[in-house]
This record gives sequence, structure tokens and C-alpha cells, in this order.
Amino acid sequence: MDVSARRHKTNREPLALHVPEPPARPGDPVDFSHIAIPEAGAMRCPDIAEPEPGMRDLPYGLIRVLDDEGRAVGPWDPRLDPDTLRAGLRAMLKTRLFDDRMFRAHRQGKTSFYMKSLGEEAIGAAQAIALDNGDMNFPTYRMLAWLMARDYPLIDLCNQIYSNERDPLRGRQLPILYSARDYGFYSLSGNLGSRFGHAVGWAMASAYSGDDRIAIGHVGDGTTAEGDFHEALTFAAVYKAPVILCVENNQWAISSFSGIAGAGETTFAAKAIAYGIPGLRVDGNDFLAVYAATLWAADRARANHGPTLIEFFTYRAAGHSTSDDPTRYRPADEAAHWPLGDPLDRLKTHLIALGEWSEDQHDALSAQITADIKSAVKQAESIGTLGTSKPNVREMFEDVFAEPDWRIIEQRREAGV
Amino acid sequence: MPAMTMIQALNSALDIKLATDPDTLVFGEDVGYFGGVFRVTEGLQKKHGLTRCFDSPISEGGIVATAIGMGAYGLRPIVEIQFADYILPAYDQLVSEAARLRYRSNGEFWCPITVRSPYGGGIFGGQTHSQSPEAIFAHVTGLKTVIPSNPYDAKGLLLASIEEDDPVIFLEPKRLYNGPFDGHHDKPLTTWAEHPMGEVPAGHYTVPLGSASIVREGREVTVLAYGTMVHVANAAIAESGIDAELIDLRSIVPLDIDTIVKSVTKTGRCIIVHEASRFGGFGGELSALIQERCFYHLRAPIERVAGWDTPYPHAFEWDYFPGPARVTKALKRCVEAVA
Repeated sequence: MDVSARRHKTNREPLALHVPEPPARPGDPVDFSHIAIPEAGAMRCPDIAEPEPGMRDLPYGLIRVLDDEGRAVGPWDPRLDPDTLRAGLRAMLKTRLFDDRMFRAHRQGKTSFYMKSLGEEAIGAAQAIALDNGDMNFPTYRMLAWLMARDYPLIDLCNQIYSNERDPLRGRQLPILYSARDYGFYSLSGNLGSRFGHAVGWAMASAYSGDDRIAIGHVGDGTTAEGDFHEALTFAAVYKAPVILCVENNQWAISSFSGIAGAGETTFAAKAIAYGIPGLRVDGNDFLAVYAATLWAADRARANHGPTLIEFFTYRAAGHSTSDDPTRYRPADEAAHWPLGDPLDRLKTHLIALGEWSEDQHDALSAQITADIKSAVKQAESIGTLGTSKPNVREMFEDVFAEPDWRIIEQRREAGV
Repeated sequence: MPAMTMIQALNSALDIKLATDPDTLVFGEDVGYFGGVFRVTEGLQKKHGLTRCFDSPISEGGIVATAIGMGAYGLRPIVEIQFADYILPAYDQLVSEAARLRYRSNGEFWCPITVRSPYGGGIFGGQTHSQSPEAIFAHVTGLKTVIPSNPYDAKGLLLASIEEDDPVIFLEPKRLYNGPFDGHHDKPLTTWAEHPMGEVPAGHYTVPLGSASIVREGREVTVLAYGTMVHVANAAIAESGIDAELIDLRSIVPLDIDTIVKSVTKTGRCIIVHEASRFGGFGGELSALIQERCFYHLRAPIERVAGWDTPYPHAFEWDYFPGPARVTKALKRCVEAVA
């Protein structure tokens, strides 16, 4: 072919830029028809020692244990005893009730900011119970359920959210960016994804030291687009780090639907394949599936088989934060139609189906947790809320370095503290 | 004492830490089997083992992120960024994570990492093998920044940096790796064996962070420099015949403000020399600090001799690099100025 003729050809179809759009916007009928929900129990559960190339169906499926009747079915059923199930239910319920209370506290002007975990409680709750005390979680800001499952004191949560005199982080951090080393909960930061590689490094350090502890790291679907995601997966794969890397695909990154992060082209779990590590795609609203997948990945890590990427398929039922109004970008009733339902209701139904729980017990537990929260909030508010109480201003100058340098000492003096 | 190049001195520091502290490990691009593109990690993998000194993927963000995670676990990782020009992909990790981990967690987690990186020009490195990014770290609270100018300090400062419980950016003037360089690129090169600071103890010692060194005492003017510019300024002082006091800052943060103030109070004049471009450079901070603290002792405007406010060019190496001629001119202007 004549090259110059090619160059001058003009009758081609014009190029078109593709910008993904969600199936429904405010005012539209909810449309989840693009989401295929496989039957519970349908996915196979491979041996943890199986090489990754044999597992490439998993990232395109959806690991589910609880069926529509609340029965646990299939090879991923972790066969948990009722006490563990009740502990999970309690952690989720505590998270939800606390979220509601603190959301109200924000509306009452008692704090500057809050973020709910509504609809995603199963993930943190199941993982906190499935993993060992020595393991370290590198969480997102939507993982309060981990702390609830491990009985982090409610009063300390309130004090942190109120940035009051007893704030465990001394008034330095935005509300909910907790740090709880003794609870296996790494310091949160506002920067998205920047701790994903820390989880890998922590896991590498454990392996280097001949320890038996593992790390677990989290990002949301939106954050998978950050370079940190690629870096963490690369290092995890190269050094076979004993780490579980999780993506909470809750369909939304503030106002951007997951298609803007690449969900229209493939699953987030499938990204693991390119790194040569197993990828699991899990019903994130199924406490049992979350537990089983986490334990499977933990067993792999502990056996020196390396990292696993898990996508938890879920839905962010609340607004992004107290600063967000989701009715401006998605149908107002979308959460109610989410095909994977509500994680709390599903676990509750399961426990009731097992004959290990009842509506009365549930109401009693709910009342007891509400009372505990009320008491903690009251206690925290007697110390003070944002603007009515704060730690000593000296705390502003502490912990910049292990020891302050002359600048900090001078400036502390200049500030009069 | 053995004579060492700066490369050998740095290697010796790493060797000592790897031999004595199992919590230390070294990684970065090409640092393992190959021993580093500048040979600083030569022989360490063979001597201490594959998991103590190993190669990393080409990912500066990943290198620093994993090092921070290791630090949070309780290790003391020493990582290399091959050129300081390539540290920027890790800038978010350094600024948003390493520098703040202790503060934001109220001391629950901290980050005792050392990030080594060759920096500075004078080697026809062009735009991405010559930069001096110290000012972008100086502005970040929670980071310490160290810059040696000779083999003795390089080893002592590196050992001190590794032992710090805070994150340290350790910038190594690659122009000084094999010998001192005073900016006279047209004259024969000298070696560290001929320089008193090339005498380096074989064992462990530290040079504390935050302590400047008075390279040359003088009465007429104070010259503040670090890295390669210490040697350039020293040559310019000798050639100008001016009785200048030369201070090698050695660390940018923490800064030895007392030594600086004492000297400028005595001389009443000050020039600041750095390779980094002038606007927003660390010289601006030094100038402001001196003005605030020595105002009534100053007899001339504080001068800054620095790289021009352009990217670091290739063909114009010696037009850009602040050599002894420019420093000499500034010295003369400064001592001749009459208040």
C-alpha cells in the first residue's frame, strides 16, 4: 500500500472519547441489571498450595456462602460456631448503632466530620475475628467494625471524634482517622492508598524476621487507580510477602461510580492475575464468605505461599461522609435495591435459621449496645466536644520528632505553652 | 587510620550496621548482587546474605512505602534511591506518611528509616542526574536531611542517621564520591587519600546530626555551605585572600543554628552557597534566620550564591554550577560593602 495515500486518507470514522457513566442517576429507576449474582455455594475452594495459574476462574466469580434463606452452603462455608457468629453480629450492630449516633453528633455540631461504614460492616468484623491478635491491619477509614469486633473502648472512639482533652491522638487527627496499635489497627491517614505498601513492607519485615505474623491491607475501589495499588501488588508478588491485600468495591468513590476506576473493563480481583497472585472476588455483605476468604488467604500467607488479592463486592449504603449528599449523583433508593442485601440482616437471618438467635435476643442486644454507646457518649461529652475541650496545646508540638529540635522548642515558647 | 573514598566510607558504615544490628537491612534498585551503580553497597549481599541487602523493583514509591511498613514493624531499613532526581515518585510517602506517622499516631508508630540518595551536579548529569532537592525536604516537618562533604563525615553521619528514630533523607554529593572537588573542572583531579578527611576509622563512630563543622576559622565573613560547595567555597576563600570563616552545615534539619549565629555575630557578614536553584532554596531560610537573629551585627546584605533558576542544563554545566569564581566575587562584594 502506498504510504502517502494512507496518510492522506480522510474518510475514517472519527475517534470518540469514552467516558463511563453509571446506569442510573438521580430520578432514574435503580438499575442493577448489569450485576450478575451467582448462587451461594457455587464457587470451588482450591487448596491453598495450588499455584496461581490454576485459580484464574476465581477473580471472575463471586464467593458466597449464605443463600437467600440464610443457610450456609458450599465449600467456602467456614463452619463457624454460634458464639463466633454472634460475636460478628454484635460487632456489626455496634458499628451501625455507633455510626448513627456519631452522625447525629456531627449534625448537632459536636464534631467537624464523620464517615459511616453502613453496609460494609461485615468486612472489618469478620476479618478482626478471623485474624490473630499479632497480625496488623492497614485499614481504610471505613473499617470501624474491626475496632468494634476487638472491643476497642467506645469512650476512646468518642474522645477521638470529639478531639477533646482525652483524645487518644491528642487532637492532632481528623475524626475517625484512628490509630490503635494494641488492637492490630495501623494509623490511618487521609491520603488514599498510601498505606497499602506499608502493609506489604510490614509483612516483608515479619518474613525477614522469621516471625509468624501477617499483614492485611485495604483500599477502596476508587483508590485502586492510585499508583500505590500497583506498587504494593508488585512488591507483594516479587517478595511473596505474607499479606492479604483487599479492595472494598463499594461501587462508589464519593460521586464517581466504580466504572471510573475501571470496573467496566474487568473485576478488581482480576487485576491480581497480572501480578501472578491469586485473586478472590467475594460477596462483601456475607459475613461467612468474608471470614472464609480472609482465613484462606491468611493460611496461604502463613504457609509462605505469598499474598492474595481479595475484592469484596459490596455497596456504600450511606453518603461518602458528613460532607456528602449522595442524592445528587445516584438514585436515592439505590441502597435498598442492592442485590446482595444488608450484611447485618443476612447474618441475623442465618443465626435465626440455625436456631441460635431470635428477634427478642436481637432487640435485647440492640438495647444493650445502645445503652453502652449512650453511656460512652455521655461520658465523652462531659469531658467535652470539639471547641469546648481540647488536649493541652503543648501536645501540638510533641511527637514531630522523637525529640523536639530547637525550632519546635522556640515555637512552643512563642505560642505561650 | 585507613584512607577511604566517600563510597568506601559509606560502604563501611552499612557493613558495620549489617554486621551488628539484625534489624537493619538494605534495599533499592541494583544495590544487591551488583553492589549499586556507584558501588556503595558492593559486597554487602555476598557478606551478609540475600535478605539483608537486595534488589528492588524500579519503584521509588514502593521502596519507601515498604520501608515505612518495615519501620512500623520494628526494623531499621536503609533504602537507596538511585538518584535524588528520582526521589519524587516517593515524595508522597515521605511527606504524607514517613514524616507524620509518629505525630498522627501519638507515637504509637514511627518510622526509623534512612533514605540514601546520590545528589548534586558537576558531573555533566543534565537535568535528571544533577538536582539538589534538599529544600523540598527542609520544608517538611518530621523529616531530617543530612548532607556530608567528606568520607569521615559521610560514615559518621550515616551511622548516626541509621540509629535515628526519625526518618532521615541522606543526600550524598556524587561529585565527591571519589575525591574532593573545588569547582576547578579544568585542573587535575585530587583523591581523598590526599585529603585529611579521607582518613576514616575502620570501626563504629558517629557524627551527630545537627552539628555543623567549622572548616576554616576567619574574622571577615561567614560562608555557609554543604556538600560539594564546601570545597568550592574553601577554594574561593583561599583564592580571594579574604579571612573568611567556612561552616559546613552537615545537616539541614536539624540545623546547627548556634554555630551559625555565633559566627555571623562575630564576622558581621555572611554568604550562603548551594548548588540548588536560588528561589525557594534553603539559602532563603538561612538568610531569614540570620537576619532575624543577627540583624544588629550585620554590616552587609546577606549574599546567596546558588544555581540559577533554571533546570540543570547539560552543555552549560560550568555556567550553571556555582564555581569558585562566582563565590569569590560574592565574597569581595560582601566584605567591601559599607553599611
